Order: sequence, then structure tokens, then C-alpha cells
Amino acid sequence: MRNRLTAVVALTALLGLTACGGDAAESDGPVTLRMTTWSANEAHLKLFDEIAAEYTATNPDVAGVTFDPIPFESYTTTLTTQIAGGNPPDLAWVLENSAPDFVTSGALVPLDDTLKGTEGYGFDELAPAATKLWQADGKLYAYPFSTSPFGVFVNTDLVKSSGARSPAELIAAGQWTWQNALATAKAVRAETGKAGLVVRDFDYKGWDFLSTVWTGWGAQAWSEDGRTCGFNSPEMVEAMTVLHRGIFVDKALPGPGTTADFFAGDAGMTITQISRASLLDGQKFGWDLVPLPAGPKGEYAVIGQGGMGVLKQGRNAEAAADFLAYLTNPANSAKLAQFFPPPRTSLLTAETLAKTNPLLSPEQLQEVVIDGIADGVVKPSHTGQAELNQAVRAALDPLWRPEADVRGVLDGVCTAINPLLAK
Amino acid sequence: MSVLTRDSVGRAGDRSAPGEATPHRRCGWWTTRRRDQLAGLLFVAPQLVGSVLFVLIPLGLVFWYSLHEWNVLAGTFEFVGAGNYQAMADDPNLPSVLRVTALFSAGLVMFNLSLALLLAVLLNQRLRGTVVFRTLFFSPVVVSLVAWTIVWGFLLQDNGGVNGALGVAGVDGPNWLRGDWTALLSVIVVQVVKNVGLNMVLFLAALQGVPAELYEAARVEGANAWTRFRRITVPLISPTILLTSIITVVGSLQVFAQIAVLTQGGPGTSTTVLVYYLYQRAFQFHQFGYGATLSVLLFLIVLVLTVVQWRMRRRWVFHEQ
Repeated sequence: MRNRLTAVVALTALLGLTACGGDAAESDGPVTLRMTTWSANEAHLKLFDEIAAEYTATNPDVAGVTFDPIPFESYTTTLTTQIAGGNPPDLAWVLENSAPDFVTSGALVPLDDTLKGTEGYGFDELAPAATKLWQADGKLYAYPFSTSPFGVFVNTDLVKSSGARSPAELIAAGQWTWQNALATAKAVRAETGKAGLVVRDFDYKGWDFLSTVWTGWGAQAWSEDGRTCGFNSPEMVEAMTVLHRGIFVDKALPGPGTTADFFAGDAGMTITQISRASLLDGQKFGWDLVPLPAGPKGEYAVIGQGGMGVLKQGRNAEAAADFLAYLTNPANSAKLAQFFPPPRTSLLTAETLAKTNPLLSPEQLQEVVIDGIADGVVKPSHTGQAELNQAVRAALDPLWRPEADVRGVLDGVCTAINPLLAK
Repeated sequence: MSVLTRDSVGRAGDRSAPGEATPHRRCGWWTTRRRDQLAGLLFVAPQLVGSVLFVLIPLGLVFWYSLHEWNVLAGTFEFVGAGNYQAMADDPNLPSVLRVTALFSAGLVMFNLSLALLLAVLLNQRLRGTVVFRTLFFSPVVVSLVAWTIVWGFLLQDNGGVNGALGVAGVDGPNWLRGDWTALLSVIVVQVVKNVGLNMVLFLAALQGVPAELYEAARVEGANAWTRFRRITVPLISPTILLTSIITVVGSLQVFAQIAVLTQGGPGTSTTVLVYYLYQRAFQFHQFGYGATLSVLLFLIVLVLTVVQWRMRRRWVFHEQ
């Protein structure tokens, strides 16, 4: 009797669960779209809400659009868990390092037809350098709403008090090279006790941020086709040797297990995306923004990207694609450009960007943003990026010790990731 | 236990009032026995529903998922039979993960239990200030785990508070979270300090239940402090030692937040324990089927260890109630 009743209770609970899982798409009324983002910035969300309100005013089929911020650190994990849990958003921001996984897996809806079919959209003016990562088989799977180059922010007060040559002086003299940048960073550390140069978000784990350094040597994490490991190439060994010396001999960069926040005034220089400029609003110290220093292979730029895509597993894919076309049309792209460097060539002028980026000078916008987007190398990404990320991080860990054998460690990285690249 | 009590109460009721209860039971379906059974079921229903919804059904689903290749992004879910179990047998990372898990659990259990017992014995003395110390050692138990771990993450940095304190004493401390063995040791210590208070309180309660006259008799016989501890205290608190060791072993295999916050499994893979590894596989690498297979392995390890400990109790637990 007891067993039978237990079974009945369990079955009822199960049926109750199933009943709760009804499909919202079956209802006929207007739908509410949901977009996941990694920005909880109030100004960003306010702008999105305004654009969404304008859209819903003219589209009775969509009752509203909610923007659902997820912490950046766990963004992709949370997004995939939502999809696995049967609660996918209709639209999602996608980080560049998971772009190959999302684009090639069939998780996203191709956007070409919707975008090209939207009147006045101007699909052809999207810069090929910006859309390349988001395409597969000639179809665009996400709109690269943010193409943000990396630059070097400088705390001019700290550099001045160290007595070293500032990046601006070095640029004027045509000597803005990695060698001189590290010398300035070393002086800041030695004279002020603050950190010299911080590669932001690297923290001895986010190794892909080091591409902002090694690209200057012409090194790559892997070949263009993604099949050959580049970590043990002579260029990479040289770049990493310079970096290792900078960390452990010259103390130009803070060592592992040490944190220093440039935006709190703890470091002389930091390499980060220019979209972080908003963190400098109201800062008390003097600052500058300059391009990345030249490496042995000359001047270079690295860009980080964010894409917006429509999830195939979402319940309102068609409505979501239509909203995406509205959100990224020329007029709204211009509004978004104040926060996110756009992929539209018509908007990529110093004049346009200056209107919406009051913190940056026209020269900075031209040199760092516009030139950076035109010539930039996108941060490394590959299918199965999360597994590769973890394998590279684990294999690179022995490098972050004073006595490390740079060449040996980098050979070890290739040994660890070759099976993954071959997949 | 509760089932036995209910049955025995029911039977006692049958015997004590035969004149009144019997006619009711014979002519109607709604008997005292049925009414008692329903009341009992209603009492356990909230707990039962919770267990079914959040333990039994997910447990069954984990076994089901482990037989499938589940690509979350593509939305595909294909039956692969024992494919994931074969992949687990061939996984080159798994031996290292299991070795780290064993080291972590062994270190944690030994360190936790011995420190908890030592603290309990010390705080069982009738000295001034013991209440303050009891509160002090127990307070980390009620602190939020993630907040606790984040604060320790700052303290254990190369230029953090721990090395600062060591520097005052003239010791050049290591970079705790970046060295292979120091990282594992750090996670163990952070976890032990967090939870030692709970075992300490359990031991303290057990120690206070040991009759004082046994110690007096031993003292008269000439037994020294160590002999009294070994021959009287340990046997009499052995049921609590069993309980705390089972709780701590099971808990040590479930440690996740500390690893995720402090080391993310590094440096290298020196702190990648099984729970963290299955999280990586399922939630970071999107291999939910394989992650579920690793969960089954974890389930079996916990089950075997608990059964072994339970079986071994007859050998070393002095008395059972």
C-alpha cells in the first residue's frame, strides 16, 4: 500500500512538472522577446530599452523585449545552461571566443535574408574584417555589434613621476616599441612602487589576451586553418621570452597572484579594449590612450568582438530576427556606436565616433579605433574553444615561474593541444 | 525507524480497544489503520515530494543522459549506449583527476577530523573563555561559502595578507595559489577552517556524554592522560567519529565553489578534482552526456566509500544505539 501511494505521489509530481513545461509559442498573443547580454551597464540597457520601445510601438506582434544581463565571467556557461534547460533566450550576445562554436554548430539562425530584406538596412556596408568571424558557408550567423580594438591606456601622472619617457613622447619620436614600452613600465614599477604594465583580464589565466602582445612578433596561437599549433614557433618563443623577462626580471608587469587595477590608479599602463574608456569618466589621474607598441614585425592591431545572434532553439526566432534587423539598422547602429565600435563603414569616421565618444580625441579614434578595425587581427578562437582554452591554460601554467624553460613549456602547450586542433 | 514506530503504534491500538475498533474496521473502508497511514504519509509528503523532484528524478535523468551524446548548441540528443562510459575509460585526464581527488579528500578528512577532535578536547576543559573560543571556531560555519572563499583568495595572493604576516615573522612565503602542492594545500586549509567548527561541536557533544566516573576509575588505576584518551574517550565517542567521517568524506568529494573561486583547477591540473572536472566537461565544454557519465562515477565512488565505512563500523565502533 505504502509503495503504491509513493508511486502515485511520484507520478503526480512528474505529471505536474510536465504540465508546467508548456510551449509559450503555442499562444496566439503578442510575444515577449528576451536577449541575454554581458553588460549590466545602465546606460547600455537604457539605450536598448529605448530602441525596443520604438520597435514595439510599430510592431504589435511583439509585446516587449527584455534584456537579461549575465555576468561576463560566466556568460557562455550560463547561456548554454539556459539552452540545455529548455529556456533559451530569443537573442543572445556571443563572445568572439565562442563564435566558431555557435556559428558552426547550427545554434544560430542565418541572418542574411532578414537583414538584406529589410528596407534601407545597408547590408553591403558591413566591413568584411568585422563580419569574417561570424560567417560560415557564406552566411552571416551573428551581427558583430561591437568590434573593439585593444589599445594602451596610460596613467600619465604615474609615468611622469617615474621620470621615464611617456608613450606620447615615444610615439612622437617614432620609438613606440615593445622594448621601450617595457622600459617605461619597469621605471614606473621601480620608481613609484605601482604596477608597470597590466594586460587586463589576463591574470595568468585568460591567455588569449596575450595575443595583444605576441601578434607584434607575428606569432599566432594556431594557423589560419586552425590545424597547426603556433605556440612553439620561433616568433612565439621570442615573444614569450621577452614577456617572461619583463615579468620576472624587470618586474615591468605584475607577477602571478598579484592584482593591480589600472582604473583604480594602481598601474602605469594597461592593455585593454577601448570600450573600457567609460571607466575613466571622473578619474582624478591624467590619462592617455595610444595604439599597441610596435613589435619586431612592425605596427599591428588586435580586436575583440561581440556578436548578436538569433537562437534557433528560441521560441520566436522569426520575430527575434526581425527585431535584430531593427536594432542594427543604420539609425540605431549610430546610437549603439557611442558604446560599441560599429561594423558599418559609413559610421567608422573620426567625426561620427567623436560625437558619441567625448572622452577620446579625434586622433585617438582614428589611430586606435578606425585603423585598428581596418587592420586588426581578431583574438584567437577555434571550434571547441572552451576545451582548448583550458588545455592551453593548464599547459602554460609552468611558464609563470621565474625558472621556467620557455621553449620547453611552449613545446608542451603544442603537445597538449595538437589532438584538439586535429579534431 | 519511523515506519516501525507507526506499525507498532497501530498494532498497540488494535489490541487496546478491540470492542470499539473492530466493528468499524469490518463494516467500513475508512479504518483507523488507514487513517493513521494517510496521516503518516501526509506528514512525510513534503519531504517526499522534495526528494522525488530534486533527488530521485534528477538522479534517474543523470543515468539517462549518460547514455546519450547531447550537443546543447546544435540541439541534438542521440543515444550512444555505453559510448560515454568507453570514452571515460579512455580519458587520458581522468587518472590525474582521480589522483588529485583522492589526495584532496584524504588530506581534508584527516586534517579536518584530527583538528576538530583536538579543538573539542581542548574546549571540553573547564577553563575560562572556552565559550568565546567555541563561538570563534564555529562562526566560519555560518559564513557564506563564496564570500569566505573570495576573502581567502585575497589573503593567499602573493602580496596578500598571509604572506604579509609571514613577512613580519621574517619568512618569505610561497605564491600559495600558483604552486602545484601549495595550491592544493591552500584549498584544503580554506575548506577545513570553514567547516571544522561543525565537527568540533559534534565531538564536543559526544565528549560531554562520556561519564566522568570512568575517568576517575582509570585515574585510580594509574592510567595517564593518553591512555585515558585512547582507552576511554575514543571508544565511547566512536559513533560520532563514524558519523563525522562519513559526512566529511562525502563533503570532501563535493567541493566545488572553493576550487572554482580560488584556482579554477590550476595551476596546471593540480587542483582539478572530479566535481570540477565534470563541471568543465558539461558546462564549459558543452559535453553534457559525458559530464553526466562522470556524475555517475562520482555517485558510485560516494556510494562505495559510504558502504565501506558503514560496514567497517562493526570493527571499530564501540557501541551503537
